[in-house]
Amino acid sequence: MERREAIARVSILAGGTILGAGIFLEKGCTSGPEEVLSLFDPQQIDLLNEISETILPETKASPGAKAANVGEFIAIMVYDCYGPSDQALFMEGMALLEKACKIKYRKGFMRCDPVKREALLVQIDTEQKAYMDEKGDEAPLHYFRMIKELTLLGYFTSEIGATQAMRYVAIPGEYIGVVPYREGERAWCTFDYFN
Amino acid sequence: MENRFDAIVIGSGISGGWAAKELCDKGLKTLVLERGRNIEHIKDYPTANLDPWKFRHRGMKTWALREESKYSGSGHEDNHFFYITDDDHPYVQEKPFKWKRGYQVGGRSLTWGNACQRWSEYEFTAPARYNYGIEWPLGYRDIDPWYTHVERFAGICGNLDGLDAMPDGEFLPPFDLNIVELEVQKKIHAHYRDRHMVQGRFSFLTEPEEIHRQQGRGKCMARNLCGRGCFFGAYFSSVSSTLPWAHKTGNMTLRPFSVVHSIIYDEKSGKAVGVRVVDTNTNEILDYFSRIIFVNASALNSTLILLNSVSNRFPNGLGNDSGVLGKYICFHNYRGQIYAKMDGFRDSYYYGRNPSEAIIANYRNLSRQDTDYVGGFTTFTGAYRTLLEPSTLQEIGGAYKDSLTEPGGWEVYMYMQGETIPKETNHVRLSTDKMDKWGVPLLVISVEYDENDEKMVRDFLKQGTEMLKVAGCHSIDAYDSHGAPGSEIHEMGGVRMGKDPKNSMLNEWNQLHHCKNVFVTDGACMTSTGNQSPSFLYMALTARAVDHAVREMKKGNL
Repeated sequence: MERREAIARVSILAGGTILGAGIFLEKGCTSGPEEVLSLFDPQQIDLLNEISETILPETKASPGAKAANVGEFIAIMVYDCYGPSDQALFMEGMALLEKACKIKYRKGFMRCDPVKREALLVQIDTEQKAYMDEKGDEAPLHYFRMIKELTLLGYFTSEIGATQAMRYVAIPGEYIGVVPYREGERAWCTFDYFN
Repeated sequence: MENRFDAIVIGSGISGGWAAKELCDKGLKTLVLERGRNIEHIKDYPTANLDPWKFRHRGMKTWALREESKYSGSGHEDNHFFYITDDDHPYVQEKPFKWKRGYQVGGRSLTWGNACQRWSEYEFTAPARYNYGIEWPLGYRDIDPWYTHVERFAGICGNLDGLDAMPDGEFLPPFDLNIVELEVQKKIHAHYRDRHMVQGRFSFLTEPEEIHRQQGRGKCMARNLCGRGCFFGAYFSSVSSTLPWAHKTGNMTLRPFSVVHSIIYDEKSGKAVGVRVVDTNTNEILDYFSRIIFVNASALNSTLILLNSVSNRFPNGLGNDSGVLGKYICFHNYRGQIYAKMDGFRDSYYYGRNPSEAIIANYRNLSRQDTDYVGGFTTFTGAYRTLLEPSTLQEIGGAYKDSLTEPGGWEVYMYMQGETIPKETNHVRLSTDKMDKWGVPLLVISVEYDENDEKMVRDFLKQGTEMLKVAGCHSIDAYDSHGAPGSEIHEMGGVRMGKDPKNSMLNEWNQLHHCKNVFVTDGACMTSTGNQSPSFLYMALTARAVDHAVREMKKGNL
């Protein structure tokens, strides 16, 4: 048996196994790059880039999600991997996020400054966690959970995320089982092992 | 194309590759038939060198990929092309069975897990000792030298551990255990006298020797991307090792796109004389002839070929006087899985991506029956530092992001590879009304778990949980995946070996009792499943059977 099949439950994101579970079960399609635009218009991809940049912004240590074009990655994943009901949930979620922003600040997300954007997403993330902890197995996911997980996956498996935020060596050359670690050192990007 | 050979090998996977190599080494002109397309080492590994960001879905399965292999189980985004799809190769599931297949030169040896533990004498004798199966016609002493033969050529890394339940062999240096694996090992050894956690044995070239360099294979680079094919040839497969070796002898003819319809039996001589093939490109039906035939099409397909090889002498399938053909299908039980957290050890990490894992050798029902079920299980185990574990309260923003770039705490996993019991009711047979596009009846699969399996899963989960507690873990999550049989790709039986032709198909040399020039040396031959990963035993049995076949040919007996 392939080892990664045997330990497939090991989740890519801490605290859940969402990406490998229910969201992939319903019907979807496989896209060409243009086809993704039938579900997402360029403005929505820009919006996703700004949302993901707010979740994982540029820091002194490394570029942010926008630099890795995570917005486009999210659109591709929703188009290719989500079923219609989860696609609908996701699209509705983007509208809900925009609506929450307008209620809070009387303007859309794109027009808010980074401080306001972060405050809004902290609020929605708190709601998301409360909902996800309470919900039954059959109940739908929270849309922001989807956005957040796809953001993390997209960023940390991008070239920027893997090589600048984490550490990545294409050909390690050997395996050394015990290596000293000092706090602050970056993790090895080993998602290929988990998927 | 020439249609007469000394030997024909049906299938180019892990055991067929070995049959080809051994036959060609001994000077026999050998035809190797493969139903799928050709795969050449390195040239046909399209994703082997790709970084994660080169994959559109970063390795995740799309809905379309899942859908096209709903029943048989797909590969991943990076290696799905080594697996078949449901529509191309249908079968009938009388009971749920995930028949995961790789139809190409090299078969599933391209994507296998590479674990190479020797069977112990306990495993060969347990079914007869505890009365849950028939006696194997051979024992550990018979196969021991052939294990060594395979170890030297394939290259197996591991430690000498001195365990009766997992015998030593000739190994290349093992991979390291990491700090938490060492801790778990220490705690288990201090607490239990009968449980041994050791590094697993795997077909990875940790330090290649001359025989491996002659094959053009090199050292493992610790990329852990084996399932895509390896440019370095560091893991063993038919494509990296046995087939190119056989090719170099000049004795091998490899014919891809060749579905075997049946084996041709000659009533006059009382022998099989050849193989009927459908060319999948032209749909032409072609006959090839040889003195001996090795059937290595994988357990269920080898069974299917024999079932479909009917004659006046054998109306129920070739060699099937006993009525046992297609019965006693068994597999490995992977349902038990455990994950746990381990505090501390934050000052230790690892370098490189470890393709191996540790093993707790079977400790159940060895020299005496000590549980309420029969059979035993191997436990695979390992530890790793988690990724994307936040250390900030607010999980949005720069501090959150930076915290995710550091490795998280340690987790330890265990999963079981359990013996299942050969039963007459677990069987395959030919469909009476459905055929594939080449005129071969579809296989009906009727295989399921039983109460013995349930008890074993419960015991594994209980014992594993206890061991992880002893090791100092917490947040232990032990569960039964209830996965359908088949997906573990360890299907066995259908053409089982045995001493008595009344209740078995093959003798101790893997020859059909009633048609001696046909040898079955893949998973179909298995009398019981043992608890070790099975491919390694198929390889050893194959080399042993070829040696016997060639000696018999020289004596004029075949």
